[in-house]
Amino acid sequence: MKNLMEHMGVEPERLHFSWISSAESTKFVDVATKVTEAAKSLENKEKKFAKTKPKVA
Amino acid sequence: MNSYTDKIKEISKRLLKEDKVDMVVGYRKGSVPLMHQPYIAQNEAEVDAFVWDSNCGLNLANYITDRTERIGILATGCNSRNIAVHLVEGKIKREQLYIIGIPCKAMVDRHKLSAMADGDITSVAEDEEKGTITIKGENFSETVNKADVLQENCSLCMHRNPVIYDELAAEEVPEQSRDEIDPYARVKEIEAMDPDEKWNHFDDLLSDCIRCYACRNACPLCYCPLCFVDESNPQWVGKSMDATDVRTFHFLRAYHCAGRCTDCGACVRACPVGINVRDFTKKLEKDCLELFGWEAGLSAEKRPPLDTYSPKDPEDFIK
Repeated sequence: MKNLMEHMGVEPERLHFSWISSAESTKFVDVATKVTEAAKSLENKEKKFAKTKPKVA
Repeated sequence: MNSYTDKIKEISKRLLKEDKVDMVVGYRKGSVPLMHQPYIAQNEAEVDAFVWDSNCGLNLANYITDRTERIGILATGCNSRNIAVHLVEGKIKREQLYIIGIPCKAMVDRHKLSAMADGDITSVAEDEEKGTITIKGENFSETVNKADVLQENCSLCMHRNPVIYDELAAEEVPEQSRDEIDPYARVKEIEAMDPDEKWNHFDDLLSDCIRCYACRNACPLCYCPLCFVDESNPQWVGKSMDATDVRTFHFLRAYHCAGRCTDCGACVRACPVGINVRDFTKKLEKDCLELFGWEAGLSAEKRPPLDTYSPKDPEDFIK
């Protein structure tokens, strides 16, 4: 799925997969920080999969 | 392709006469040139309508799901692989089927021929010996080599001979190999682009889409009683022409075919505006081959990779 998303032009920084147990709080913090940093690096890029037209149906 | 047509009629009539099957699924001449229709013959007289030439590009496996009759069905390489997918997924039982294998000599691309024509094409003729196709219209007539106007998926096909069959209608044809041609050349071209170029490529590709869902309807894999795009409660994807909705539909449609698509090209053939939706599915096919060593429909026993778990499954995308 990640491959096809990237194939369509979604930047790799946007989509992340991780497996975190509820006991792994430090891992959660670590992943959340990295995801946020990666997403922030795209600040100046056009949004992907954001709807611009009003919802009709 | 008269030799094929005659043999297909002969086998079909015999099956119906001997009461081996209740119906035979084949093609008859379509109401427009270049598009033969899938046709179900239920008696010997109806079999006379059968034709076989280079315009039999829709996938017959689409017409056998959940049926209870005994069915005779024509099957080229890709069609037979889709039948195998149906068998694995429990959509039909093997003992219900009598598969008439057709070693396939590839189908012609109706979009390419229409683009060449100076107006509407009113008739198409094929010279099997010379390997040429002649299209005619009101003020034009043009003859081209069939090899130059093949559907792209046919020119890249590695399985022209049926993988399962009860009887062959002709001698097997030679297969192409990955050493001669690279079936993924186009996928690699897109992979080499940067994310913005990729995004724009698919924006351009889908800009003509009218959301008619012909690609879905032509696809033998799309047999859900209620498709996610038609559902309104919950509504998974908007029904508007918003580029995001259009792309979401195409992305999810393709993804539902991951590891199941045989690249039969019925989706592209059915598309009224000529979108090469295989740009999505071919990437999935390449990934399945590289990540799981999997090609869809080569076995009627093995379940597809996204349907099974193996400790060896690649997982380096999970951080």
